[in-house]
Amino acid sequence: MSDAPIIRLRGIRNQFGAQVVHDNLDLDVMRGEVLGVVGGSGTGKSVLLRCIAGLRPPQAGRIEIFGQDALNCPEDTRRAIDQRMGVMFQDGALFSSLTVRENVEVPMRTLKGLDPRLRRDVADLKISMSGLPYIAGDKYPSELSGGMRKRAGLARALALDPEIVFLDEPTAGLDPIGASAFDELINALSKTLGLTVFMVTHDLDSLHATCDRIAVLAEKRVMYTGTMAEMLDIDHPWVHEYFHGPRARAATETLERTA
Amino acid sequence: MTARSRTAPGAAHLQPREVAHVAATEEGWRIEGVLSLRSVSAVLPALARIEGADVTLDLSGLERLDTAGAYALYQTEVRIAQAGGHVRYQGLGSDHAALMERVAAAVPTPPDDAPTAKSLTDRLEDLGRMVAGAGAFVGQLCAMLGMFIARLVRMIRHPYEFRMTALVHHADEVGWRAVPIVMLMSFLIGVVLAFQGAVQLRQFGAEIFVVDLIAISILRELGILLTAIIVAGRTASSFTAAIGSMKMREEIDAMRTLAIDPVTVLFVPRILALLITLPILGMVANLLGLFGGMMMAWIELGISPGVFLARLLEGTSLDHVLVGFSKAPVFAIIIGVIGCHAGMQVGGNAESLGRQTSASVVRAIFAVILANALFSVFFALMGI
Repeated sequence: MSDAPIIRLRGIRNQFGAQVVHDNLDLDVMRGEVLGVVGGSGTGKSVLLRCIAGLRPPQAGRIEIFGQDALNCPEDTRRAIDQRMGVMFQDGALFSSLTVRENVEVPMRTLKGLDPRLRRDVADLKISMSGLPYIAGDKYPSELSGGMRKRAGLARALALDPEIVFLDEPTAGLDPIGASAFDELINALSKTLGLTVFMVTHDLDSLHATCDRIAVLAEKRVMYTGTMAEMLDIDHPWVHEYFHGPRARAATETLERTA
Repeated sequence: MTARSRTAPGAAHLQPREVAHVAATEEGWRIEGVLSLRSVSAVLPALARIEGADVTLDLSGLERLDTAGAYALYQTEVRIAQAGGHVRYQGLGSDHAALMERVAAAVPTPPDDAPTAKSLTDRLEDLGRMVAGAGAFVGQLCAMLGMFIARLVRMIRHPYEFRMTALVHHADEVGWRAVPIVMLMSFLIGVVLAFQGAVQLRQFGAEIFVVDLIAISILRELGILLTAIIVAGRTASSFTAAIGSMKMREEIDAMRTLAIDPVTVLFVPRILALLITLPILGMVANLLGLFGGMMMAWIELGISPGVFLARLLEGTSLDHVLVGFSKAPVFAIIIGVIGCHAGMQVGGNAESLGRQTSASVVRAIFAVILANALFSVFFALMGI
């Protein structure tokens, strides 16, 4: 089962009015890998994420998740698929009227017969696993900093022990220390929980530190996929500029020095 | 699982029934099946029965373990350790062991200082803080009013700073666009007053006094008061929302750094627009209220418009009209200042914007009614 892709996209087409964002896009995501999706502004990275997460049906194409057709399926099947996936939105997208703990409990409330005390304990555990202190559970999202909101968003995405997590720019707006702590968190979680991670990011350090494979979105499709080392050899102008630009060089050098 | 999923239809494959079993064996206990968030609640009682000094847990039959399952095992382990026992795991897979380790490391310890019940002194302190807070709030409103007047005076000396376009825009927004609703409301109030007055006065054969009833109540009190309440609902909220969202997105801070005075640019045109348009709206309300009353008196009591107008001019002193209009500027300032002040209280998130917007409407309406009551007392004492 491990060699069959956990997510398989074929011929995806997304368009807004006359503007085509994706055309005939193919992508496979393997079980247990951390996939980083990069691309210039407006290449539809977030659109692709929303598309797989079921928030926006594509105009054409086929999406298979866990080997199941995720587009033309009964509502129950889609719900079951959704319960096995978690999404962390850019700013956490926490429910502002609930405390962090209640936010994490929300997905668990959909399960029948779950012991309320256990639910509370597991929520506290998820909050702690996301690297937040215990007292953060009692706070409201407005009382948290941006980085803490992201962690709380991750805790909620992990509430049901999903098999796939989608992360939308997880390290954007974090300071370098917070960002690398977040990278480590994602690494550790993906190892111990066996998570498959689909990550949209702009952060080269984060790509270096966490991703097993990188998918480059360009010219309305997934242009290249491969490891970081393979990306460095591609001579497509944008890809070359992206992975060999001054920022990329700095990131690579830092990594080599610390390695 | 793969083989089963081929035969099972869709949803069953995606959400296999997750069941865990806890059974006593010769060496200890054996846990089988899937120990996950969905299945663990059912086996909690069975896990609670596990005890002993040296417990062996056989996990070799465990197909899947998730965080919640690992947490339940951790709890069991802690409980047995507290009773002086020890747990040994058998047949524990390396990935399950890693997960259990991670969970055990992440289990949070609640701080000891659990919140205690409020004592009497705490409540007293809360009350005191509330009173002081209310006092400070009134103080802030006065400061806002003072700032408005100071800037207004400054603008008389430096007229080029005055934002005419903004004033016209806001006058259109708070005045002109409110005309239809004010007209409709006051017409209906006039109709209702005439009808109710007619029913009562007819019993005494004093139908003609319905004119005095309508004239005095509308001109002196209701016309301007109800207009102010409608404007408070419409305008105080829109002031708060507009200024609050600018505050939220740091636009007001940006203005300050660009040496633009937010009071001059934002508050003065808004409050001034209210000050100009509220009396006009009040006049519209008065006219439509009288018109509604006149129509109803005609239909219900047979008092013709000619008679109505004659009685109106002869029986109603101009004082009532003046008393009514004298309140308009005060109401305008109350609504404007409360709306702008609440906008400045908005913090960094959308929730406080919503809270302040509804608070500003409630405060403005309350303050208008309170001011109206004070006016009544004042005019009664003055004998007007």
